Amino acid sequence: MVVLEAERLSKHFHARAGFFGDRGMVRAVDGVSFTIEGGRTLGVVGESGCGKTTTAKLVLGLETPSGGGIRFEGCDLQALDTAGRRHYRKSVQAVFQDPYASLNPRMRISAIIAEPLITNESLEPSAVRKRVLQLLDLVGLPSRSADLFPHEFSGGQRQRIAIARALALSPKLVVLDEPVSALDVSIRAQILNLLRDLQVQLGLSYMFIAHDLAAVAHMSHTIAVMYLGRIVESGEAQTVARSPKHPYTQALFSAALPSHPNEHQEEIILAGEVPSPLRPPSGCHFHPRCPHAMERCAQQQPRLIGVEHRLVACHLYAADSTATAPK
Amino acid sequence: MSTGPLLELVNLSTHFISERGSRIVRAVDEVSLQIKAGETLGIVGESGSGKTTLALTILRLLPQAARICSGRMMFQGEDLLQKSDAEMRRVRGKRIAMILQDPMASLNPLFTIGDQVAEPIRVHEGSGRAAAWRRARELLKAVHIPSPETRLNQHPHEMSGGMRQRIVGAIGMSCEPRLLIADEPTTSLDLTIQAQYLKLLRELQRAHGLALIFITHNLGIVAKMCDQLAVMYAGRVVESGPVTRIFDAPAHPYTRALLSSIPRMGDPRQRLAAIDGQPPDLAALPPGCAFAPRCPTAFDRCRAAPPPEFAPDDSRRVRCWLAAPGAGPLDGQVRGGAG
Repeated sequence: MVVLEAERLSKHFHARAGFFGDRGMVRAVDGVSFTIEGGRTLGVVGESGCGKTTTAKLVLGLETPSGGGIRFEGCDLQALDTAGRRHYRKSVQAVFQDPYASLNPRMRISAIIAEPLITNESLEPSAVRKRVLQLLDLVGLPSRSADLFPHEFSGGQRQRIAIARALALSPKLVVLDEPVSALDVSIRAQILNLLRDLQVQLGLSYMFIAHDLAAVAHMSHTIAVMYLGRIVESGEAQTVARSPKHPYTQALFSAALPSHPNEHQEEIILAGEVPSPLRPPSGCHFHPRCPHAMERCAQQQPRLIGVEHRLVACHLYAADSTATAPK
Repeated sequence: MSTGPLLELVNLSTHFISERGSRIVRAVDEVSLQIKAGETLGIVGESGSGKTTLALTILRLLPQAARICSGRMMFQGEDLLQKSDAEMRRVRGKRIAMILQDPMASLNPLFTIGDQVAEPIRVHEGSGRAAAWRRARELLKAVHIPSPETRLNQHPHEMSGGMRQRIVGAIGMSCEPRLLIADEPTTSLDLTIQAQYLKLLRELQRAHGLALIFITHNLGIVAKMCDQLAVMYAGRVVESGPVTRIFDAPAHPYTRALLSSIPRMGDPRQRLAAIDGQPPDLAALPPGCAFAPRCPTAFDRCRAAPPPEFAPDDSRRVRCWLAAPGAGPLDGQVRGGAG
């Protein structure tokens, strides 16, 4: 069952280059389509400036799209009335990267976790307390944590508290924006395991954003790879991770670090850096850095087409292409 | 090239002592390590394990509250701890250089790139401005900065993060040091830029026969870059030795747990082997082994006394009672595998 469906979703920001500079437009998200199914995880990968966080904000309803739309359980978000929006906001929650910034240091843990309950549901104080203790147990924290303050917890425990708060309203979808990047290496596995257990237990859907490719491949059912606001490749996580097709995905996964010193992988070192989103290259945004770029790539934007059980936006795979695709 | 180590740390301890002397944090405790010319030593550990304090100890750039309490630091046959501050200043930036995590914090926003790359050359080699700038241009070319001519006259804010980090690398290399210490140099960079930078570091190392100390929390970087590995936990090196041997057969339970807790590209959706508990508070360490409270193989002896360094073979050192001669060097592995 499809929980969330984004269709040709766009978000453009007006920007000025320099103080008196030209007005420009940043196409942070540019015609992106994806679906998230019930109980499954969509992993979104890409480098800084690729639009993954803006996409997450659109899904969370923190930004309104400039074009396209999001359908949640079959209903168009733009068309929802107040009650419908209220329901949507309860159903989609978020866990952010830095658990030191996302918890109010002056609030007790019980108040932090209860806040969404109190603002969204009219519950008796005793029922709220009961639910808080239940949530703490769910994320593996002792019930005495309820009366403590955030500074009394370590990073991993704080992230558990943030997860408990996100689950307070029994959401359908949780957006996880780099949920383990700020944590110690020995703690990351605990949190990833907890997220996986909760998914199975509660049938949650996740949108998992991270730059650690191995963690994304580990957590996700499907992966979408973004570059300068567009999806360049998407499909089943293992298909994309094991045999990436788009030259950018290939370079990205070849830049992923090995898990053993004897693991030798072919290194594709890209020239240059991600261009400014204010002035993205013509045609395929990736063509100036692409080792396989052709004349056509600078002129025409490639469309997502089905190649070996996944979607790829690259002219190398177009039916009328004469070029030979990289393996 | 001599076969002896370029840098040898013997029983080095750096403690932070509070003003009244009531609180002592053993940030670096009895660390013994060595590195040869042309080699790469990876130092891994979590935040607070003492890896950065160890790097700053080598450079003697510690904050006031820190004391180097014991040990020796032999660099090219001289003990760095016996040197005066003035002598140390001639070592830093000249024979030992360091690259820090955040390139924006290590570059001065008010000076041009040319001034900053040329500065160590003028200070250490007494070159004039024109000669130093000529050398700076060559250095920028060596770290693959396009159009170095124009970049020399620009300021740090006009450059991207990857480019800034390469400029910091050029400053580090400017006086042709023998040892380069890189403290999490790629943490703030994107993946494809990280790949570029790691390749550059390796090129520079090969070209100059440089010894490299790579401080990181990322075992993937160690697997890619390093020959030798030292794993730190709560201020101590709990295991050290050749990278491949440690990855193949980690001897310390912490190393073993760390290696198996990391998601791998190959095996999808398997449950990760998480390490229970939290890293310890350095000011209130348990009486025995600091890892004992989280260790699946801990026994009475671990909680009673901290283990000394054992040598299961010529190349490796392990701080674990399971590696003690009586316990048999492979005992820990067998038990760990079953648990």
